[in-house]
Amino acid sequence: MSTATPLASRVLRHGGYEAAAMLRNGEQLVLAIVLPLLVLAGLVLTPLLDGYAAPRIDIAAPGVLALCTMSTAFTGQGIATGFDRRYGVLRFLSTTPLGKSGLIFGKACAVAVVLALQLVVIGGTALLMGWRPDAGGLAPAVLLLALGSAAFTALGLLVAGTLRPEATLAVTNLVWILLAAAGGIVLPATQLPAAEPIVGLLPSAALGDGLRSALIEGQFNLLSCVLLLIWAAAASLAAVRWFKWS
Amino acid sequence: MPHSAASLSIEGLVKDFGPVSSLDGRMVRVLDGVRLSARPGQVTALLGANGAGKTTTLECAQGLQRPNAGKVLLLGENPYRAGPDLRARVGVMLQEGGLPPSVRPMALLRHVAAMYSAPRDVAGLAERLGIADFGAVSIRSLSGGQKQRLALACALVGQPEVLFLDEPSAGLDPQSRTIVFELIRELRAAGLAIILTTHLLDDAQKLADYVYIIEAGKTVAEGTVAELTAVEGTDELRELRFETVPGLTLPPELMAHLHCAEPEPGRYVLSGNIAAEDISRLAQWWSASGVMPTAISMAPRSLEEVFLDISGRSIR
Repeated sequence: MSTATPLASRVLRHGGYEAAAMLRNGEQLVLAIVLPLLVLAGLVLTPLLDGYAAPRIDIAAPGVLALCTMSTAFTGQGIATGFDRRYGVLRFLSTTPLGKSGLIFGKACAVAVVLALQLVVIGGTALLMGWRPDAGGLAPAVLLLALGSAAFTALGLLVAGTLRPEATLAVTNLVWILLAAAGGIVLPATQLPAAEPIVGLLPSAALGDGLRSALIEGQFNLLSCVLLLIWAAAASLAAVRWFKWS
Repeated sequence: MPHSAASLSIEGLVKDFGPVSSLDGRMVRVLDGVRLSARPGQVTALLGANGAGKTTTLECAQGLQRPNAGKVLLLGENPYRAGPDLRARVGVMLQEGGLPPSVRPMALLRHVAAMYSAPRDVAGLAERLGIADFGAVSIRSLSGGQKQRLALACALVGQPEVLFLDEPSAGLDPQSRTIVFELIRELRAAGLAIILTTHLLDDAQKLADYVYIIEAGKTVAEGTVAELTAVEGTDELRELRFETVPGLTLPPELMAHLHCAEPEPGRYVLSGNIAAEDISRLAQWWSASGVMPTAISMAPRSLEEVFLDISGRSIR
């Protein structure tokens, strides 16, 4: 008689499978690697980030890492999940020992794997371009990236589980562009004085500001952490309530 | 039916969907008292017109849908609350397959196999279902029959005790059909409880040990194929078809108690309580009038007729 393999083994196995699927997909790679690299180059080559005490690359790199998190956890994962839902893949896999919870944890693992690769490639490129992050901020940065991944993964699942896949594709891409441009993620919210009180509450600004506090000044930004926690909890509750498997 | 414990038992199953905006936000009752039981070593078929509730019944049995009322027991447990070890004992082939288009067949099969402690030999299974031949192209480029075979392999790879097949022969070419039907018979012989839906009555007649007919969300008839095709407890009603020259009139001694029709020129259908003497008289009449039939067939009432009698002949 067959039994299920242990939970951890199922989740890791599925995480690897989904990560490989994301990395095989050309559009996902553009979103995960190429666009963040272009944004990094753009911010360093233009005077957009002038007027701060730190060099351009030091301000740009934390924001681009935050952008990577949004690319992978929200847009990439959301689109993949939306189409899996359309094709019945979520339904089929939830009848196997993997189950619904294994699927969700597996997806979170895949996001972590792809994000780790992005950190190596994009962080490495930034280092070559002269980025010198504050060593004291590395631990808070890892915590913020984890919280940001959780919040954006939950938001991506919420969109994918409630809208048609075509609408998910449009919404997650549009939100990515809007937040990248004016969500306080790569350009600090203080650059948009009129909208700052609202923008500052977005998960994009919380992650961007938190990473800049950590990696530029070596400080732990408690407000950013709390905001990301609230977004993660609210989006998870909403996804549990409204996510449709078919 | 043998009295071994049921692998699946369903009593009074009710499932509502909605609210539906086109019905002013009312709920739609899709299942309204389905009863079903499936035993190891048997193929149990659910027959019904499109929209009768076959797939929803299966989804409640698989734990994909939560029933509004009624009792569903799969291997003695509530499937909606099932843990991974119950799911490991159950194989599911969905109607649309549930296959990710960008993945390669063998990669998917190996991935699904990795969820089970004692999976079937992946290479052997792929060989058996002819998946190895197209194992390295992406699923998006497979034909309907290839996708069906892959979905069947994914359902079987965990060595299940219970196997759900939703429209397993949809889109299958004759060769694939033969392979799949042989495999289903083998799995039945190995003791699996196999529950399948089909709207192809011919398939049910070939495969099923026990049949449930579902109509508008209710179980309206059940029995073995022989029980369902028998009439009023007798096994005497037969249909005799023969083909020969058109325009014949049958002798009065046969016409007295049998009904004869010629639906197409030269094709005759005799129906009624046909006894051995009737066949003998028919043969004598052929011989006496110099008629040689080119085809003769005799059959009990077909499952299709039973189904149409029960579920109505109108198109819905």
